[in-house]
Amino acid sequence: MSTHTISVFVENRHGALSRIAGLFSSRGYNIESLTVAPTEDASVSRMTIVVAGDESVLEQVNKQLNKLIDVIKVADYIDTPLVERELLLVRLDAAKGMRHEIIGIAQAYGGAIASMTASSIIIELTAPSKTIDDFIAVVKSYGVKDLVRSGKVAMAEPQR
Amino acid sequence: MKKTGAEIVVDALVREKVDVVFGYPGGVVLPLFDTLYDVDQFTIVLTRHEQAAAHAADGYARATGKVGVCIATSGPGATNLITGIATAYMDSVPMVAITGQVGTPFLGTDAFQEADVVGITRPITKHNFLVKSTQELPLVLKQAFHIASTGRPGPVVVDVPRDVLTGTVENYEYPSTVDIRSYKPNVVGHIRQIRRTAEVIAASKKPVIFAGGGIIISGASAELKELAEKMNIPVTTTLMGLGGFPGDHPLFIGMPGMHGAKTANYALQETDCLISIGARFDDRVTGHVGSFAPKATIIHMDIDPAAISKIIKVDIPVVGDAKNVLAQLNKELKPRPANGWNAQVDEWKGARLFDYEPSDTVIKPQAVIEEVYRATGGNAVVATDVGQHQMWTAHYYVFTRPRSLLTSGGLGTMGYGLPAAMGAAMVIRDRPVVVFSGDGSIQMNIQELATIAINRIPVKVVILNNGYLGMVRQWQQLFFNRRYSSSCLRGGTMCEECRGPAECGRAYIPDFVALAKSYSIDAFRAAHPSEVADVIRAGLAVDGPAIMELRVVPEENVFPMVPAGKAIDDILEG
Repeated sequence: MSTHTISVFVENRHGALSRIAGLFSSRGYNIESLTVAPTEDASVSRMTIVVAGDESVLEQVNKQLNKLIDVIKVADYIDTPLVERELLLVRLDAAKGMRHEIIGIAQAYGGAIASMTASSIIIELTAPSKTIDDFIAVVKSYGVKDLVRSGKVAMAEPQR
Repeated sequence: MKKTGAEIVVDALVREKVDVVFGYPGGVVLPLFDTLYDVDQFTIVLTRHEQAAAHAADGYARATGKVGVCIATSGPGATNLITGIATAYMDSVPMVAITGQVGTPFLGTDAFQEADVVGITRPITKHNFLVKSTQELPLVLKQAFHIASTGRPGPVVVDVPRDVLTGTVENYEYPSTVDIRSYKPNVVGHIRQIRRTAEVIAASKKPVIFAGGGIIISGASAELKELAEKMNIPVTTTLMGLGGFPGDHPLFIGMPGMHGAKTANYALQETDCLISIGARFDDRVTGHVGSFAPKATIIHMDIDPAAISKIIKVDIPVVGDAKNVLAQLNKELKPRPANGWNAQVDEWKGARLFDYEPSDTVIKPQAVIEEVYRATGGNAVVATDVGQHQMWTAHYYVFTRPRSLLTSGGLGTMGYGLPAAMGAAMVIRDRPVVVFSGDGSIQMNIQELATIAINRIPVKVVILNNGYLGMVRQWQQLFFNRRYSSSCLRGGTMCEECRGPAECGRAYIPDFVALAKSYSIDAFRAAHPSEVADVIRAGLAVDGPAIMELRVVPEENVFPMVPAGKAIDDILEG
């Protein structure tokens, strides 16, 4: 099944998130990821939602979201090039001999060391989701102790 | 001016020109009811159950076009409103439901009579509010009435904690206007889409108009009639649209769908141009979606963009208010003369849209509806419950003007009819208000007999008593080998095999006439066709509420019928 990334601008109010989550669950649509935080205007929150489904699902999601009173704007990015990023934090076993190797891989991916102790290391990586998938596959063998992904955030590329 | 939250609620109701409020008091709304005690600008009706308060507000709203208002306390009071709110939501009825809530310090503590009303009602409201301070109460109430009544209307819940009702605002002012940046319904249709619509209609050979409740909500009956007559286009209306186009008009071809007129179903399957206005392609209309209107270019005019292409892929969408859009469309069109298509539709239609086998030995439910139609001159506001009698009402009471049929189309709520009629009859006094109900449905809110008796609300209740949950029994007869599981109101599930009431030794309970007497309501009963006309006339002649019980033939079925999931021209007849 294909996935789509949409941005939803909503009133920054209690209950707005649950309205949106409820819309998806009551209609049987699947949310792959959802991120939310206030924008430069503190009264507006911006959500990035990755939804699984075909074009008709996306059309209904768009319309139903617009129907919610708290929703100010929906951008569905159909045929629009996007800049997409996701943040990964991953804690790996990093005994003495392994540290250099891990740091090398992280740097190759543009990641950084967020925290380090004698036995483990937390790598942070901001990248497109696909890159993060790849990175996780590569470092898995070092023993993943803890892992969190932020979910995707996205915005349209500037028009050229 | 300094006001308490409770005073603000009352002032908002006055300023929104509410003339009746249906409610039920309880713990946390006591401050509000204390304020209501002194109100003389509108009437407060104490129902006997909160569900009935919601249905009454709904019936009032459907009959008048104004926002219906109901009030209940927190917890069970609010949860009892739920069925009524969901009923209004499914049929796009403007309603403001005000619920009490435990005080803000107690929110989320599982306090006595606490329920998460905003959470519970989220999927069944157009919008809802939990009011966190008295300060925000005026704006919330203004927004609630605005949201409920504009765009595609719907119910709005305002959940008000006790301390918000008792708290005060120093310089209270009710907002005169409201502007919600995230809510701007699009009422004016796009002119290019309207011109495309006109072109498609002009080029069509076999057009059909399919009109829904949107016609009535928008007040677009005159524009619809102009379109139909100018272009000689046959008109079918959904259950919700009945009365939006005159039922006695030569171009009217009945309601479509599962229990629709054959004419309407055939026309939908043959048309090359389906002009849908304010209808949402409910599954009871479309039957098997993939086989619906297979030859048609589909035009869909609706105020709700989300209704468009939700069920049926639409060729020409027009988003806007039906009245505006139709007025514009009519200007774009040149008259179309009747052609062979009209002749074909008239041939399908024949002399009557619906027909049944009359009887002079048993009372036919269809004959009762026809008798009430004659006795009221077709002038009644009619409420129904849900089931067979609802469909017979749609078939045999001919609705000629809008806001005349109050029925739960979307949710299909048994128990809707009596309280809805009560709500309508609070303000409609120049036309009779009649409820058609079954002996099953009427018992779902029968406690409201007390409300109509005490307040002398002139509701005429016609009970078609067949001893069964008729529509359930019909499906069991047709699709479950006549195994009447839990559909007989004499025996429940006790019988191995049903021999019918004639052979059945069990008494019918309750005695509706005796029950009516205990409520001091005049009641009449007919058990033979020769008594029907007299009973109806006697009931309608009562000054005040009345009950008419008709012991109808037990195993009558509603036909035509399209079995669920079949194409709508796959029709069963009696």
